[in-house]
Amino acid sequence: MTQKAIEISNVTKKFKQAEYNAVDNVNLTIDEGEFITILGSSGSGKTTLLKIINKLYEPNEGTIKLFGEDIAHVDSVQLRRSIGYVIQQIGLFPHMTIAENVATAPKLLKWNKKAIHERVDDLLNLVGLNPSDFKDRYPSELSGGQQQRIGLARALAVDPKIMLMDEPLGAVDAITRLHLQDELLRIHGGLQKTFLLVTHDINEAFKLGNRIVIMNEGKVCQFDTPKNIVANPADEFVSSLIESSRNQGKFWEGLG
Amino acid sequence: MIEYAMNYPDKLIDPLLEHIQMLVITLILSLILASALTIISTYSSVFSKTLVYIFSVVYSIPSLALFALLIPITGLGQTTAIIVLVVYNQYLLLRNFIEGLNEVDSSIVEAATGMGMNKMQLLLKIKVPLSRKAIFTGVRLSVVSTIGIATIAAFINAGGLGSILNDGLRTVNTVKILWGSFLAAGLAIFTNGLLSKVEEKL
Repeated sequence: MTQKAIEISNVTKKFKQAEYNAVDNVNLTIDEGEFITILGSSGSGKTTLLKIINKLYEPNEGTIKLFGEDIAHVDSVQLRRSIGYVIQQIGLFPHMTIAENVATAPKLLKWNKKAIHERVDDLLNLVGLNPSDFKDRYPSELSGGQQQRIGLARALAVDPKIMLMDEPLGAVDAITRLHLQDELLRIHGGLQKTFLLVTHDINEAFKLGNRIVIMNEGKVCQFDTPKNIVANPADEFVSSLIESSRNQGKFWEGLG
Repeated sequence: MIEYAMNYPDKLIDPLLEHIQMLVITLILSLILASALTIISTYSSVFSKTLVYIFSVVYSIPSLALFALLIPITGLGQTTAIIVLVVYNQYLLLRNFIEGLNEVDSSIVEAATGMGMNKMQLLLKIKVPLSRKAIFTGVRLSVVSTIGIATIAAFINAGGLGSILNDGLRTVNTVKILWGSFLAAGLAIFTNGLLSKVEEKL
């Protein structure tokens, strides 16, 4: 039987001075090895939910368990070192070389130099960048797509069981984006990690996720496989999302 | 003027060395205090704002008044001068240190925090290296300001280049006044130029 990687129970988050709950009574259970996408428009609470999982935000209510352990009882710094985290703005450290960027988490965990060296090479190969070409360069010398690959490699460095990705492909052009989506699927398939990816792109969500969380105004509208969602949209919001995507498809067919 | 320097080189070199000594001691103490206060400031934005505000008020007090205020407590001489100079520097250093650290791109800070850096690691590995320019600007400003204000410290017997000026004014000796002004201004301009060059390289 597969293990439960993430159990989110009754989680609510309300920011000070906000009228509505950013995340409103969310319940999700995610198995190990799943690729979950969280789809929603801006302000739907998807990023907030992600940040509650690695304790960048404290929930007002509810509990989150990772592999059965309540994160409220885990030191936040230790917790974050065991979770991979990728953000849309990438956030590479501009004063460090690519190798140093990728080695950040292993260094925090005090790996020895040789192990770090080998790991950096492996990771750069994994994300499709030649180590000898890229190791000594600085982030500013890389294209947006290359930077995003490095961001991914850096997050994967200490082999975390869970990867949280907040619009990781948001800042790259459409073609690079398609390439990187395929790369993500390949990497996920090879590693059997639990991936959580936040996106506002419906095509990306349905292409990458084996299950999709659809969020609106802090609530989960539906959490199911792509096929089931298309076959049985849970509410009007989900129907309108699918409808809008279908209309876009028709628009392209019309042009062809 | 040249003749005076040839005849009494000690009367110029000694105050110059005294001045530089006062500058170095002040700078070391200022940096230690400012670094400690900056680290504490990272834990509370209210504390950091209050701190900068208090030091900005103190900075606006004329130096001679502050020297005079301290004389009953610490007496005449270099100790009083150095205390005042260190306090003055806190405004210039803290403002630049804290602002520099706060201006580091929030996505870089989020990435570092999300990867599991603690506060000190975030400060030393990410924030300080990325705000080195602002930090160095603070140091340069405080060096130049110290050279200037230390000249006034001669009025409370702290020595330094101000003592040449002081003597010159007291005895209406134009050569001394000129040498005092020339050396004080020269030291400030030279140091500022040198540090600006270093700053450009950062």
